[in-house]
Formats: sequence, C-alpha cells, structure tokens
Amino acid sequence: MTNQGVIKQFGLAIVLLAWTAASAAAFTAYISNEKGNSVSVLDTDTMTTVATIKTGDRPRGIEVSKDGKLVFVAVGDDNTIQMIDTATRKIVGELPSGPDPEQFALDPAGKLLYVANEDDAAVTVIDLETRKAVAKIAVGVEPEGIVVSPDGKYVICTSETTSMAHFIDTAERKVVANVLLGARPRAAAFKPDGSELWVTSEVGGGLSIVDPLTRKIVKVVHFAIPGLRPEKIQPVGINITSDGKFGFIHLGPSNRIAVVDGTTHEVVKYLLVGQRVWHGAFTPDGKYLLAANGLSNDVSVIDVAALKVVKSIQVGELPWGVAMAPK
Amino acid sequence: MAGFAAWHRWLRSLPPTRCHPKAVLWLALAGCVALSLADSSRAAEPQQIKIGYLRAPLAKERISLIDIPTANEGLAGAQLAIEDNNTTGRFVGQQFELIDILLKDGEDPTAAVNKLADQNVAFIATALPAAQLLQAADAGKARGEIFINASAPDERLREQDCRANLIHVAPTRFMLADGLAQYLILKKWRRWLLVSGSHDNDKLMADAYRHAAKRFGAKIVAELEFKDTGGARRTDSGIAEIQRQMINLTQGAPDYDILVAADESEVFAGYLPYRTWLPRPVAGSAGLVPTTWNAAFDQWGALQLQNRFRKQFQRFMTPLDMQLWTAIRMVAEAASRANTSDTAKLFAFIKSPEFSVAAFKGQKLTLRDWNLQLRQPILLFDGRNTVSISPQEGFLHQVSELDTLGLDRPETKCKLN
Repeated sequence: MTNQGVIKQFGLAIVLLAWTAASAAAFTAYISNEKGNSVSVLDTDTMTTVATIKTGDRPRGIEVSKDGKLVFVAVGDDNTIQMIDTATRKIVGELPSGPDPEQFALDPAGKLLYVANEDDAAVTVIDLETRKAVAKIAVGVEPEGIVVSPDGKYVICTSETTSMAHFIDTAERKVVANVLLGARPRAAAFKPDGSELWVTSEVGGGLSIVDPLTRKIVKVVHFAIPGLRPEKIQPVGINITSDGKFGFIHLGPSNRIAVVDGTTHEVVKYLLVGQRVWHGAFTPDGKYLLAANGLSNDVSVIDVAALKVVKSIQVGELPWGVAMAPK
Repeated sequence: MAGFAAWHRWLRSLPPTRCHPKAVLWLALAGCVALSLADSSRAAEPQQIKIGYLRAPLAKERISLIDIPTANEGLAGAQLAIEDNNTTGRFVGQQFELIDILLKDGEDPTAAVNKLADQNVAFIATALPAAQLLQAADAGKARGEIFINASAPDERLREQDCRANLIHVAPTRFMLADGLAQYLILKKWRRWLLVSGSHDNDKLMADAYRHAAKRFGAKIVAELEFKDTGGARRTDSGIAEIQRQMINLTQGAPDYDILVAADESEVFAGYLPYRTWLPRPVAGSAGLVPTTWNAAFDQWGALQLQNRFRKQFQRFMTPLDMQLWTAIRMVAEAASRANTSDTAKLFAFIKSPEFSVAAFKGQKLTLRDWNLQLRQPILLFDGRNTVSISPQEGFLHQVSELDTLGLDRPETKCKLN
C-alpha cells in the first residue's frame, strides 16, 4: 500500500469515527419517491434506509404530524393525501385534498392542512380532526409552493403562471395581498422569526426576499455556477436553519445546493449533491440537512456546521421530498 | 469539429456586447421592487383589456389524418390564455376579453382591423399569411393598433418588411432550421440530402436549411425537388404508389447522413420516413421536426398547461395553440408587471429590456429589440416525444444563446420606425 493509500484509509477512519460520534441521536426521516410510488424510511443514526412503504401514485409533498404519529404524503395521480401510521408503517387513511395535490403545509398548531391544487387554481383547507375539507380559496394559475407563517396568521401560496405570492389570512380564509415575483415562483419559506419570506423562482432565476410586513421584495438573490448554463440552475426547495443564519436553496438540475447567508443574503457556497436536487429537511437537532436527489435516487446528507456533504444514501426511484419525525 | 470552428470564428467577428449584463439585472431588479402590487381591495373597478384575434382559415391539406386542424386550432390556445389572464387579473384588477374574427381566404383585413379598433381593441394576435398580415398591420397603423404575429414564419416580416407595430411570437424559418441544424451538427450528421417542394413557401424553407448548413458547417451533398403535380395525397391505392415514388425520388443521390425535407405545403415529406432508397433518417418537415410545442412536451411545468388544455378542449395542444397562448399571455404579463391598461405604456414595457414572458421553456423569453421577434428555444419532436431542445450546448453567443437561432442583430435588414 502506498503512503497516499494509508493516508486515505486513515482519513476515512477518522471521518467514520467522527460520524458515529456526531450522530448519537437517532431520528427518522421519510422520503417520498415520486416514481417509485413509495416512502423510504431512513434512520439518521445508521444513515441507512430501514423500510420502504408502498403508497399511491406519484407521491411528492410529505410532512409529519406535529405529534409524530402520522406521515402525510400527497399522491398527485391518485388525487389524495395519504396518511401513514409511523408506528405500524401502514396507510391508515386519506384526506380530501382536491385534485393533483403536490405541496401542502401544516399550521403551527398542527390542526389544519393547506394544500395547493395545481390544476385547479385553488388552495384547499383540511381540518385534520374531522378529516374534511373546510374551505377552498381561489388563487392564481398553477399554485405551487405553500407555507404558513410562524405566527399562523397567514398562509403564503405561490402561483407559477400568475407569478405571485398570495397572502391568505388564515382567520378570514381569503387572499388579502399579492406580491408579484420573478417568473414561475416555486417554493416559499419563512425565516423562523417570521421576519422574512423567501421565494424561489424557476424562470425568474433566483430567490426573492420579501418583507412580510410591507409585502415588498427587498432583495433578489441570483445564482451563477461557472460552466453551467443558466437554465440548469432552477431554484426549488428552501431550508432555513432554526437560528436563521443560513438558507439552503436546492438548485434542481444544477446538482447543487446554494448556501445563502441569512443576514447579508450573499451566496456563501455551492454544495455539490446528487442529480436534480429538489427538497430537503433538517434533523430535529439541526445538525444535518437531508436533500432528495430526484435523478440519482439518493439523499445527500449535509453537515450544517461544516457546510459539507458527508454522505449519500440510496432510497427509492425519483425521490422528491423529505420530512423529519420530531424527537 | 469544422462546424464549431466556423461558428466560433463567426462569433468572434461580432461587435462587442452593447449592454452590460449587470446593468440589465439592476434594471430588472429595480423594476421588480417598484412593481410590488397593491392588495386586492383595489380590484373594485377592473381595468378592461380587449385583445383581438384575427385569423385566416387553416389549410386542411395534410398528409396525416392526425394533423388535420380542428376548427378551433389556435383559437383554443387564445381562449385558455384569456382565462389564465383573468385568473391573474383578479388579483390586480384587470379583466381580459377576446374578440375573434375569422377572415375569408385572401380577404382584405382592413375592415376587420377597423372594426376591432372601433371596439377599443389595441392588441391583435394574428394567424395570417405574410401578405394579409402586412395589409392588416398597415391598415391598423393610423389607429395605433399593435399586432402580434403568432403564425407566419417568413423572414421578410422581421427583415426588409418589418413593421414598428408588429411583434412576432412565431419563430422564423431560419430559427427552426438553425434549431434543427445545431442538433444534427452535434450528432455529426453533417452530410444532408435536401429535398424541397415546388411551392414558394417550400423554397423559402429550403433557403433556411441552406443558410443553416453554411452557418453551422453542414454539407448539402445534393438537392432534389419534389414537384407538386396535383393529385390525391391520400388515395385508396396510395401506399404502393407512394412507396415507389419515394424510392425513385431518392435513388441515385450521393451518400448522405440525413435527409432534410422542406415541404411546408404538406405534399410529400410525410411519406419519406422508411421509404427512402438508402436507410437514412429524415428531418425537417417530417421525421425529426423543429417546432415550438408538441402534445408530449412535459418539462418545466408544461404538463400543467397540457392538463389544463386537454381538460377544457378535449384534444391535444398544438404549436399554433401554444403560439397564441404565448401571444395573449404577453399582453397580460406586461399589464400585470407594468400595472396599466394603457396601450402606449404596455407596448413600451413589452419593448423594454425588463419585459419577459414564461412559456414553459425553462428560461425567460424576451424580444429582440431590433425587429420585435420573440427569442425562444426550438423543440425537436419525433412525432411521439421531444428528442432535444435547441440551442444545443456549445453554441455560444455573447448576448443570449437564443440568438444562435435565426438572423442576428448584425445581419438584420429591419429598420423599425
């Protein structure tokens, strides 16, 4: 064995040691596999897939209930949201989501679920206790991203062809304001303190930072990666750390995640991940970000403190989104 | 690769960039910030924007039964765009209405243009042949009418015969030919057998392929003409006859990599695939076809538009439908971004560098300011699926890679005034 080889082996051992030391707390992550029609269950301690649950057709949007007992997964081609019991890992029911559900969001109390109906230009509100649709709110053409403000007062829904973020008052259940954005807005996320709303635009080519009080765009962050054609850089999912220090913007077919400074909004770093990275979620301790790579059928694990990709885990076919069980 | 080398030489011969990319970005940003919208309470009295659709009957002569246009081809795309506009318009207090006028074959459009002007229609999308379109644009000039050409591919409309009140959404023949040529060069299919029809529009299309071959370094090994001598396109005993005809047509040509057919008139190209003397692929008017849209296209959210269209019209969306959708959406996009229904302001905004429209092509589409042609990628469709999308990687341009398709600013003969 050459010296270099020894060093490599030794280095790997250190990384592995550091890995086991760092991941003392075990969490469970759920990954929707859009083409595999399944949900992969990951153990964040061993960083392996421990189970695969069959679902309906085309599972995309995925969330875990606040009490951790249920996983909600939108199965678009079956026009419903399925509920998986986290203890038995079996499908236990369905929610009346309206047609072709893709993204949805839970309110902070965990009682209501807001679903964007892409083909219907509407947002459906579902009461999780009665499991009934209680309201339908008209929004722009091709609603896509949806998020509830940390105080629960507003739901923000983006519409792709209309190119707006619609502010829906959750008490009145109606649109009270609209912000025009770069073309084809995708995902929306709040900084945990509620001070900023971040929205990615597929064609507008960037990330809009919106002041939720004045409802004005305060900055547009643009992404550029040397050697990559601009149309390969499609900003999609957004994950902002709980301290608001960094935002991770999933850049789709560019196979990169941009790390954006939460205060200056400068791009700090581009992390090379798997192919067509779409959406992700942090482990509850905030140490790792798991990102679903659609075309390479794996999940990239990012060490948040080090801003480094440390591992990739094989999951099902065309992974779309990640939801993390609370601990 | 000779093609690339020639291309780069040509690229280097161009004048330096006129506009600093950063400057454009800041302009766009300033526009964005300035345009954040008021809330829906302002929607009490909506601004009314009427859009005209002026069209001529579509030719029914098609080689394949599948391609025969429906009565609402184009119109359906316009209607869906109006609906999409109104869904958006609800939030900004704007209401759109479509006024559709179907002319007779070759009819003078002046009366129809005046009728639209009388009804306060300022923007008129068109599916008219070049001559009728120019008549319409000139007839509407005095009344401030603005036309959006959604069907005519003629270069002359963007070059020597360009008009200041005429925007083009339809790609030109050169854009289509360049889109196909880039892919063929990438595949190293450089030896073309060019077969063209005998009608004027077929000849113009053949010119576009000759231009593309020269531009990107392909070699046309031989040219053949298929003379339209009349006769049935589809007859009960046609298959055997056609099989022989196509062999006779292509026999004796020097060896080639791909047959490129220029047959806008739909006389013969559809019969070429699988019937040539040599076993070679076909492109152009049949086989691998450069186009703006196809019913199988599902990238960049296109699936949603396809779903919406099929749900409403119970048929597939065609390129003409998409070109109309884009034309009508452009007006509404300008109206919501510039927050106005004033014609002069809308037209100024559409012509400004801040304007762009999203049409499910993965990037924003903008106007060439020198002739008001919409820049756009070209899809290469095999009849079932999208094979590729041009511009191809490696074909570079200092302003926009989309300007590697069609005549560029230094070559233009257009003088807008």
